[in-house]
Amino acid sequence: MAQIRIPTPLRPYVDGNEHVTVTGETVGEALKDLVHQYPELEPHLFNNGQLRSFVNVFIGEEDIRYLDGVETAIDEDTQLVIIPSIAGGSTDTY
Amino acid sequence: MSVREHVAPEAIELSHEEIKRYSRHLIMPEVGMKGQRKLKAASVLLVGTGGLGSPLGMYLAAAGVGRIGLVDYDVVDESNLQRQIIHGTRDVGRPKLESAKERMLDINPHIQIDTYETLLTSENALEILEPYDVIVDGTDNFPTRYLVNDACVLLGKPNVYGSIFRFEGQASVFDASQGPCYRCLFPEPPPPGLVPSCAEGGVLGVLPGTIGAIQATETIKIILGIGETLVGRLLLYDALKMSFSFVKLRKNPECPVCGEHPTLTELIDYEQFCGMPAHDQTAFASEAEELVPTISVEEVKAKLEAGEDFILLDVREPHEWEIVDLDVATHHIPKGQVLEHLGELDTAREIIVYCKMGGRSADVVRLLREHGYTRVKNMAGGINEWAARIDPRLPIY
Repeated sequence: MAQIRIPTPLRPYVDGNEHVTVTGETVGEALKDLVHQYPELEPHLFNNGQLRSFVNVFIGEEDIRYLDGVETAIDEDTQLVIIPSIAGGSTDTY
Repeated sequence: MSVREHVAPEAIELSHEEIKRYSRHLIMPEVGMKGQRKLKAASVLLVGTGGLGSPLGMYLAAAGVGRIGLVDYDVVDESNLQRQIIHGTRDVGRPKLESAKERMLDINPHIQIDTYETLLTSENALEILEPYDVIVDGTDNFPTRYLVNDACVLLGKPNVYGSIFRFEGQASVFDASQGPCYRCLFPEPPPPGLVPSCAEGGVLGVLPGTIGAIQATETIKIILGIGETLVGRLLLYDALKMSFSFVKLRKNPECPVCGEHPTLTELIDYEQFCGMPAHDQTAFASEAEELVPTISVEEVKAKLEAGEDFILLDVREPHEWEIVDLDVATHHIPKGQVLEHLGELDTAREIIVYCKMGGRSADVVRLLREHGYTRVKNMAGGINEWAARIDPRLPIY
């Protein structure tokens, strides 16, 4: 089954896991399976069912925006990477 | 602050002292006298003199970049010293610009340092960035990152990007004249509620050293015109895995600032765009706190002394309890587990919630009120405020 690498800022919502194994034949189905397994992650990735614009998903080195987006086909060897938007610096957040 | 006119590298002379100083550059054909003159003729603006700005400032000074501008408004705090190595213990309380400038001129007195003791804002950004060849983004917040990006695109300047979080770092070179900009990758910031709190925050002290050194390398390559820069690539660094990986970045034809039909042709209000303040996350936390019932640390102390019955609920993470804990009976439930432990909290009793600084506890107060708890209050300023005003024996972190 395909794997998704979870970046550090999102790991608190997936029990600290670096990788999550998912099912699905497209990127969109894989992400839906991911948030089905970890519902707390959903608001971080989706807004009204749409992938949030600051969420970057890559297959290997390629941005899915320049493939077929969430419709991009995947197979069981696919490694998906979510790239977070991070601002630090100092990370003096609350 | 004084700005030198741009000088052609050919017109730049290197003194005997400088030739000796830069000899390890000069003996490499990729740099040589020609390259070292380019470095001396070049100007670089560092936005931020913190974690990323520290190695950047020191290495760019040492390399002989002729004019380096520094933008910062902050003063050195003890909690900076774990990673901001341009500042020392004796600098605590001094403006960062002063201590950074002093350190850089100690490394290399043959360069010019311009200082801008201000927040970078939409009003001053174009004027501050304009006189520099390369802009380096060493900021720590989303509004300033979008501001730096947009100003660089509008002025046609390369933006050397670096960002860090815990054990992970990112770096790239955004140069809209040759490739994508920051907005092509991140069209908009995460909403404020999804920005990590300090429970998820923190940073390995060496991490900004690694990423800042990469930014310094890219800056020098841009000035020298050698090698392949990170234009069109995003470097992803994982310190725990000790892995470097890359992804391809493309220019988004629909990018609002660098796309084919830009809609953003002047700087905007970036705090409004990001829904968060640019300069002080604690101010944002205070705003969040104001929306829920609060109680001061003095009032909590008075209630304890009066022997009043209430639950004092600490919602920090277990590893934070080890840093410091109140020496009064408290109930510990990490913020993320409060809902699972509602059974332990009696709705009839008064509950006072605290965390490190008051942000997470405000969220928990809101959550409890949604679940029918009416006698619940947030201890303003958290355990750090308690340590500052009630019990100076406790450390502040």
